[in-house]
Amino acid sequence: MLTIGMGALLILIGYFLGAAFASAVAGLVIAILIWVILSLVAYFQGDSILLGMSRAKKIKPDDHPRLYNVVEEMKIASGLEKMPDIYIIDDPALNAFATGRDPNKASVAITSGLLQKLNRDELQGVIAHEISHIKNRDVLLMAMCGVLLGTIVLLAWYGSRFLIFGGAGSRRSSSRGGGGQAQIIILIVALVFMILAPIFAQLIYFAISRKREYLADASGALYTRYPEGLASALEKIGASTGQLKSANKATAPMYIVNPFRQKGMKASDLSSTHPPISERIRILRAMAGASFNNYDQAYRQVHGGRGVISTASLTAETVPIATVKLEGEAGELNETQRARETSDVMWRLSNYKTITCDCGAKLRVPPNFKEPQIKCPHCGRTHQV
Amino acid sequence: MPVAAWVIIGVVVVLAIVLWSLYNGLVRLRNQVKNAWAQIDVQLKRRTDLIPNLVETVKGYMKFERETLEAVTKARNIAVQASSAGAGERAKAEGELSSALSRLLAVVERYPDLKANQNFLALQEELTSTENKISFSRQFYNDSVLRYNNQTQMVPSNVVASMFGFKAGEFFEVTLAAEREAPKVSFTQ
Repeated sequence: MLTIGMGALLILIGYFLGAAFASAVAGLVIAILIWVILSLVAYFQGDSILLGMSRAKKIKPDDHPRLYNVVEEMKIASGLEKMPDIYIIDDPALNAFATGRDPNKASVAITSGLLQKLNRDELQGVIAHEISHIKNRDVLLMAMCGVLLGTIVLLAWYGSRFLIFGGAGSRRSSSRGGGGQAQIIILIVALVFMILAPIFAQLIYFAISRKREYLADASGALYTRYPEGLASALEKIGASTGQLKSANKATAPMYIVNPFRQKGMKASDLSSTHPPISERIRILRAMAGASFNNYDQAYRQVHGGRGVISTASLTAETVPIATVKLEGEAGELNETQRARETSDVMWRLSNYKTITCDCGAKLRVPPNFKEPQIKCPHCGRTHQV
Repeated sequence: MPVAAWVIIGVVVVLAIVLWSLYNGLVRLRNQVKNAWAQIDVQLKRRTDLIPNLVETVKGYMKFERETLEAVTKARNIAVQASSAGAGERAKAEGELSSALSRLLAVVERYPDLKANQNFLALQEELTSTENKISFSRQFYNDSVLRYNNQTQMVPSNVVASMFGFKAGEFFEVTLAAEREAPKVSFTQ
């Protein structure tokens, strides 16, 4: 619905701009042409642009078995056909995102900071949320909406330049005496559109994004059958304030939390890509079961008003929440161990070799180190490289 | 009678399209059920492959847990034999194996040396994850069967289903008593 609204906005702005300057049809054609070209770029290049910008490193199964396993578990739970690629972003900020134009060519990325902060259940919750974005095709939807928004802003900007400096309208109105009145009305409408369309487009874009976030939370809870995992992860993420260095505005809706959020952001802010974290946590914790229905009820209870899940995907069933969970069980690493593990992985991904000396020191050997032997600076033992 | 003829042709075409899409929908769901079953199969096989390795690693450390280890090996062998049996019998064997394994992982707590063994930790992660994958694939399989069965029983697709012999799928239920029972919670003051 909202997407259609945005499309209509684009067509209207194209139409009136065109009508004001030349012919309405030309304006329309140009608007749609720009949209198509930008969409194609976003469709074919979107994921590599995004991953390249975040300086994400792709991992293999044995680089980080736990992360790989958790992603595979969620792939199975969601019924995704192909295993997504997994990337780690070397950044202490706590965030994660999903990308990829269709479910068969998708990737999930997580910051090293988040990876060491979360226990297995929480990691599962976050990955479930990201896999939901892939499964629900949000990546494609938000890319298209982003491009629509971009085109509208672009058209409005160029339109206003033309209007101020071009004077095309006045030439037309003087050449045709009778049409002057109508011409002025069209000009005014075009002006109003140029000012209002970008603002409305932005608001619609944010509204779509927030809706998809709620849906991804709901699907995540359904896949894991354990809303508490995601809730607890969001709590940890909410408590930190670090902003992600590599994020940018176009890609913001794909992150688990808004990468640009500031402390004390107003609840239910209209100009945010994500719902407030505290509200998401409260909804997840208010769930009586793990189904979409339970999420919708919890949403209405916390947020008030109508539900957030479209009625088509609501079923009457209630899915029980899993009660037996791993936390604190044997084999679960604590945060210090996870921090060590993650830093080992990050060094290895940068092609550094790690040698553990008998004295307990860890030697990181850079990839351009050519000597056959290395001496431990701590105790003086020599090691083969 | 050109108008009536066109109406009849139109109705036939619409009916054919409806039939075609209902049939395809049923086939898609049936294939999803098949794929989901294959996924359970892969994970169950993976678990039986991991167990000999686990027993080998653990044996040296656990001198006094001979029975626990033997129970795991025995449950594994039964599960391997049951892998060609029907869903019901198979679920029972796999349930036994699950509980034998969880007993083993519970006693590991008493052996700090073992818990520090890198090899064991890696195996334990694999095993934990495989257990998760089994339950997630079972969850997805049962969801798929539910969707498929609903389609075969609801109007109008039930007509197509009975015309082309789409049979209802079988759920993969856990037959283990311990897993089936809800945890007992008492609210006495």
